[in-house]
Amino acid sequence: MSTPVSRPSAAIRVISGLFHQPYVWAIVALLLLLVVNLTKNPAYLGVSVNAATGNLSGNVIDILRASAPIMMIAVGMTLVIATRGIDLSVGSVMAVAGAVSMEFMRNTGTGSFGTAAVAVLLALGISALLGTLNGILVSIVGLQPFITTLVMMLAGRGLAKVITSGQNTSATNEPFRWIANGTILGFPVVFVIAVLIVAVLAALVRRTALGLMIESIGINPKAARMAGIRPVGILISVYIVSAVLAGVAGIFSTASVMTVEVAKTGMTAEMDAILAVVIGGTSLAGGKFSLTGSIIGALLIATLDKTIVYMSIPSSATPAFKAVVIVIICLLQSPRVRSMFNRRRTRVITARKETVPA
Amino acid sequence: MAATAPAVAEPIVEMENISIEFPGVKALQNVNFRLFPGEVHTLMGENGAGKSTLIKALTGVYKIDSGTITVGGVPRRFAGTADAQSAGISTVYQEVNLCDNLTVGENVMLGHEVRGPVGINWRKTHEAAHEALIRLGLGDLDPKQPLSSISLALQQLVAISRAMVTDSTVLILDEPTSSLDANEVEGLFTVIRRLRDEGVAILFVSHFLDQVYAISDRLTVLRNGVVVGEHRTAALPRNQLISEMIGKDVDALNSLGSQRSRAARSGGTPYYSAKDLTRKGSIEPVDIEVHAGEVVGLAGLLGSGRTELGRLIYGADKPDAGVVTIDGKTAEVTSPVGALARKIAFSTENRRDEGIVGDLTVRENLVLAVQARRGWARPLSRREQAAICDKYLVELNVRPADPERAVRDLSGGNQQKVLLGRWLATQPELLILDEPTRGIDVGAKAEIQETIVALADDGMSVIFISSELEEVVRLSERIIVLKDRRKIGEIVNGPDVTAEAIVDLIASEGSGA
Repeated sequence: MSTPVSRPSAAIRVISGLFHQPYVWAIVALLLLLVVNLTKNPAYLGVSVNAATGNLSGNVIDILRASAPIMMIAVGMTLVIATRGIDLSVGSVMAVAGAVSMEFMRNTGTGSFGTAAVAVLLALGISALLGTLNGILVSIVGLQPFITTLVMMLAGRGLAKVITSGQNTSATNEPFRWIANGTILGFPVVFVIAVLIVAVLAALVRRTALGLMIESIGINPKAARMAGIRPVGILISVYIVSAVLAGVAGIFSTASVMTVEVAKTGMTAEMDAILAVVIGGTSLAGGKFSLTGSIIGALLIATLDKTIVYMSIPSSATPAFKAVVIVIICLLQSPRVRSMFNRRRTRVITARKETVPA
Repeated sequence: MAATAPAVAEPIVEMENISIEFPGVKALQNVNFRLFPGEVHTLMGENGAGKSTLIKALTGVYKIDSGTITVGGVPRRFAGTADAQSAGISTVYQEVNLCDNLTVGENVMLGHEVRGPVGINWRKTHEAAHEALIRLGLGDLDPKQPLSSISLALQQLVAISRAMVTDSTVLILDEPTSSLDANEVEGLFTVIRRLRDEGVAILFVSHFLDQVYAISDRLTVLRNGVVVGEHRTAALPRNQLISEMIGKDVDALNSLGSQRSRAARSGGTPYYSAKDLTRKGSIEPVDIEVHAGEVVGLAGLLGSGRTELGRLIYGADKPDAGVVTIDGKTAEVTSPVGALARKIAFSTENRRDEGIVGDLTVRENLVLAVQARRGWARPLSRREQAAICDKYLVELNVRPADPERAVRDLSGGNQQKVLLGRWLATQPELLILDEPTRGIDVGAKAEIQETIVALADDGMSVIFISSELEEVVRLSERIIVLKDRRKIGEIVNGPDVTAEAIVDLIASEGSGA
């Protein structure tokens, strides 16, 4: 205690800055989960390189691959939630996108790159259409987002079944399969695509005034209107973005098995997305949002899913385990608990100051 | 200011030296207030005078910072609304807080159901409800019909029955008449008089002068969180009441010097003019003209239509009819987007709900309107944003002058300056200011007034709305007087125009006096 208190080093400043982020507990939880896995197997974090193909493999790579679809829907959900909305239809849109692409590829049956490209465009196109419908119902008709997208969730699932005549359609198309199973520079293609999309979207939102307007509408819609912001276009846009990203997630999750299971693909995906957003520190009441937080949330959920399997927790207990972890994180970042921690910290600091002789 | 008490000696409610402070605002300062059994007591004051704060202190919604509340001779400290209710204080709010889907009787008895050996005895509950209704002279009302099937006025009476089920000694009616027609108001007053004669103390809030004079025995006037008078209603002339409500601040405002008189207008076309601008239920047809460089004041009491007119000009509400000419060309303004495109800006009186975007920073709030006009795809660069911040934070003397601070952490006066900056940044030709100086400290007030004069001198047209007539008279060249959603006069300002003259105009108009 003899040395005078020096200026905090850069590392400490970064960490203390991090502690003011609402998603800090998500990062802590993420690290904890990895530690838990490490205790079971010290080589858990090991990544090996396949000398022949240059592909990376290992648990971490698996987590990145699994997080890609969650990332997609979580990012879209973040924007919708920021406008005081919610999009419950993302899981069903995933199924529709998967159904459209699989059905198309099965019927053309060429297996060429062109077929895969058309299948992707078809899937994204119909997703955008569903998103537009959501957006119009919410912004122009003025329906509640919860009801609107709940209806779309039911209708979308039905639509997927109609498209495949109720069958679990499979198809063969190598270029399409590559999206899920291929690698770029050793990394899974899905992860690379997801990162690129998030980067483009983040730039779009933060480098233009879109983010400012979305937040204004979410924080105070009346004041936003009085300031001359047109909410309709922005609302429709965020629902389209959410649906298109759900379409991408649908392609991701059907391409790995080249089968769309119309009753299962994207099932409860909206829950994962909402959880990722909440864990990431974006309030369900709308307003300020954090894309970074939602991505961390998506990574956490993917890690949690993998950990549950890795720890061989019985599948019947899986949802309960997941729920417990998420409740703890949400509790830790609730304003009340956070202010309790802050009080604690100030007390500790003042206590320390008091012990220092004057 | 003789505050003689009624014959009954002991007040049922006595509030002494009540102070409540919110960040940046002293909502109540050393307020004394007495309420006697068997009287109807009206709380008068403009918006932000502290009426609702005082009521919320009495009903346990707000905690008081200092002072004492004595109810029925017992000192009380209310930790919540339940405490106040158990002390015998019941409240009926402006918006009826009842359950539409339940029956009249269930609403009356909710929480006080009559219980038998096996749960609630509905027959007896409805009988008790019937008795409660009879007490208010509502014996004809069937307690078993759904609440949604009766009129709003009757629902209001049901809400009062509900409040009286607990044998309250104090009944607070917060603007109960605002959505009732004349006959319904009379029905409500019959009930109020009946309760008063039973010895209930009734605290009444309304901004309709005629109703206040018809029903209340005494009244207390609040202004800027301070009691300015406690009177017997019958002994208080209307114009004295109005002057007490709107006040004559002989404060730092004098720094502005004498009032502005009408500049010589060369009779040219006005920058903005509207003929027969109207919206049903909001304001009757009004003509208004504003020249470049002119300040036109809108004077009138709360509910006179002064805010409604401002909103119509801005397009915040869509006009039903009216011909608008801007800069010599016919125009239609039906939305804020359209108004901003035509260089009209409107600063709302409702700063918190329609003005600031609380979680955003000062910088983001300042650039919001400019950015909205440019569209999302053409963001203002960091440099352009910094230029706007530097200019208006300095010009309007915003403190703290930190653009990255969340605007919700600023005091009311500084939030108001940020809002003013937001509109000025759009470089408007016509600026509508609705209560730009309400609820802010005197220093900020004087600064904002100086800014308004300077803007007009630079050629901007300004429509100035304020509940403080003194302020309107000081700043405006021409004053449009409104009452009951109608224009009742237009005054060209001059040395002989005073706040009193306008008060007399409002008080005499239509009252037959």
